[in-house]
Amino acid sequence: MFRTSLYTNLTLIAAIIVLAALPPFLGIYYGNLVTRLMILGIFAMSLDLLIGFTGLVSFGHAAFFGLSGYILGILMMDTESASLFWVLPACLAGTALAAVVVGWFSVRTSGIYFIMITLAFAQMMFYFFNENTALGGSDGMFIFSKPTLAIGSWNPLDLEDHHTFYYLTLVSLVLSYLGLRQLLRAPFGQVIQGIRANENRTRALGYATNHYKLVSFIIAGTLAGFAGFLEAMHTSIISPAHLGWHESGAAMMTVILGGMGTLYGPVIGAFALGFLHDWLQDVTTNSMLYMGLFVIAVVLFLPRGIAGLPADIARLLRRKPPTETEDEP
Amino acid sequence: MSLATFLIQLLNSVQYGFLLFLVASGLTLVFGIMGIINLAHGAFYMFGAYVVWWLFGYTESLTLSILLGVPLIMILGFAIERLAIARLYHRDHLYQVLLTYGLILVLNECQKIFWGSDFYSVPVPELLSGSIPLTENQVYPVYRVFISVVCMLLAAGMYVLIQKTRLGMTIRAGASNREMVQALGININWVFAIVFSLGAALAGFAGMIGAPISSVYPGMGDQILIISFVVVVIGGIGSIKGAFIGAMLIGLADTFGKVLVPDFASMAVYATMVVILIWRPQGLFGQPVH
Repeated sequence: MFRTSLYTNLTLIAAIIVLAALPPFLGIYYGNLVTRLMILGIFAMSLDLLIGFTGLVSFGHAAFFGLSGYILGILMMDTESASLFWVLPACLAGTALAAVVVGWFSVRTSGIYFIMITLAFAQMMFYFFNENTALGGSDGMFIFSKPTLAIGSWNPLDLEDHHTFYYLTLVSLVLSYLGLRQLLRAPFGQVIQGIRANENRTRALGYATNHYKLVSFIIAGTLAGFAGFLEAMHTSIISPAHLGWHESGAAMMTVILGGMGTLYGPVIGAFALGFLHDWLQDVTTNSMLYMGLFVIAVVLFLPRGIAGLPADIARLLRRKPPTETEDEP
Repeated sequence: MSLATFLIQLLNSVQYGFLLFLVASGLTLVFGIMGIINLAHGAFYMFGAYVVWWLFGYTESLTLSILLGVPLIMILGFAIERLAIARLYHRDHLYQVLLTYGLILVLNECQKIFWGSDFYSVPVPELLSGSIPLTENQVYPVYRVFISVVCMLLAAGMYVLIQKTRLGMTIRAGASNREMVQALGININWVFAIVFSLGAALAGFAGMIGAPISSVYPGMGDQILIISFVVVVIGGIGSIKGAFIGAMLIGLADTFGKVLVPDFASMAVYATMVVILIWRPQGLFGQPVH
């Protein structure tokens, strides 16, 4: 069962309050950076549902992130403005459909084969957009206007405004977290966590595990599509690089760095990696070298990620050596 | 498509397939024997190509550059195995993927620091720069035939090494039962280090011998890595025979895909993989998944 301690909940609420209070102090550049990191946090959270809770290591998760952006780009190609109320459902439906197809084939395999087949599907989509000159080929396409929230002449929120979009993203992040938390506490969530712990036993209990894995894959893919939708709206550009395996790898890195199987961990991971990268770009020209070394160090020395740090430190203070079994919940 | 064109494409497929096999065999050995997913394998291919270009500047000879370069890549592989990979043997695949992903970032950046981000080319050796006439106006370069022959010899050499020598016997035993091999008093860590360095050397060699026909550029390792994974998964992870068949299939799919459906050639490779995995989820020669 997915539980968070009172201490964790209070910290999360404090973090939300801080994020909500920040915009006036951030300026345009950091405002945009934090908006982007919150979007990447949603994306990483959706991957955590697969890796951390269902035990499915998807190496092609960015496919849904980018696909949704492309659907938005295609829908906005010929119109001056479109209503968010039909553009968003269209993007989510398109992504969900792709997740159904990819998931239907992928959940039959397991282990490394699952890693590789999700990668193969993502690469297929990557090359589809990369070689499609009508959609800008490898340069991608611009999205000239954002969808609006206007109903008739009444426009409650102007999404072109940076602050408004910041708060929209923050609300999305919080709702995604709460939604996933609710899902994991529901019977469905307990079954997928059972699959992660021991698929054979879960099947022996009478659950059609493949169906549960597929549904989990679709939910994660659709949520990744939602993040991709926000990202494309935010940056006004979509390119094949959004679907590439580097992006999928980075998302995996975010989840594990933050702490998989915690939901809020991946968001911490997104912020940590994002600010680290931003800072490295300022101080060195070889930022990726240090990013790489950082990732290696995390794998070797912080197996449970940043979210596991308080527990690790507490254990250290009690002078109890870490044991392998504690890493596997 | 005329017969001559078909023949040329077929030869190209086989030559590409052989190069892929060199890279993929190292990948499949490392997975089959050590249980390690090594995403940084493509970096050895890239380093091979860059090292041979760099040495060529001093030696002016491709053969000499390769002879000097292969030990360098082997040392690089050995160092990486000892320093990083060796700590991952009992960890989940997830962490292996992540650590080797970090290695890619580091190695790609090192390549940029050492050699910059320009495209380079290595000339084909004088002796092998000719062409074989096939019809009146279609020729086939000798160097490509040479690559196929060399790779064929290497594949045969690997077969002998694995099937007929004591080291090969140990490697095969290690692949089927690691604990038992250790119980028999063989230092499995030493075997792992050898296998990993050999795999790195094979990938590096593929990069070196392929350098004259494909230019040397940043990111070349990433591209070959993903294709090699497709090959390994199609063939069945851990199976050398599977890697060979897989490499040839992908060589055919890629080359003929470019001729027949030029717009979607890159997708042809992945579509092949998906079809094969639906038919046999464990690959052509893989052990069924438990």
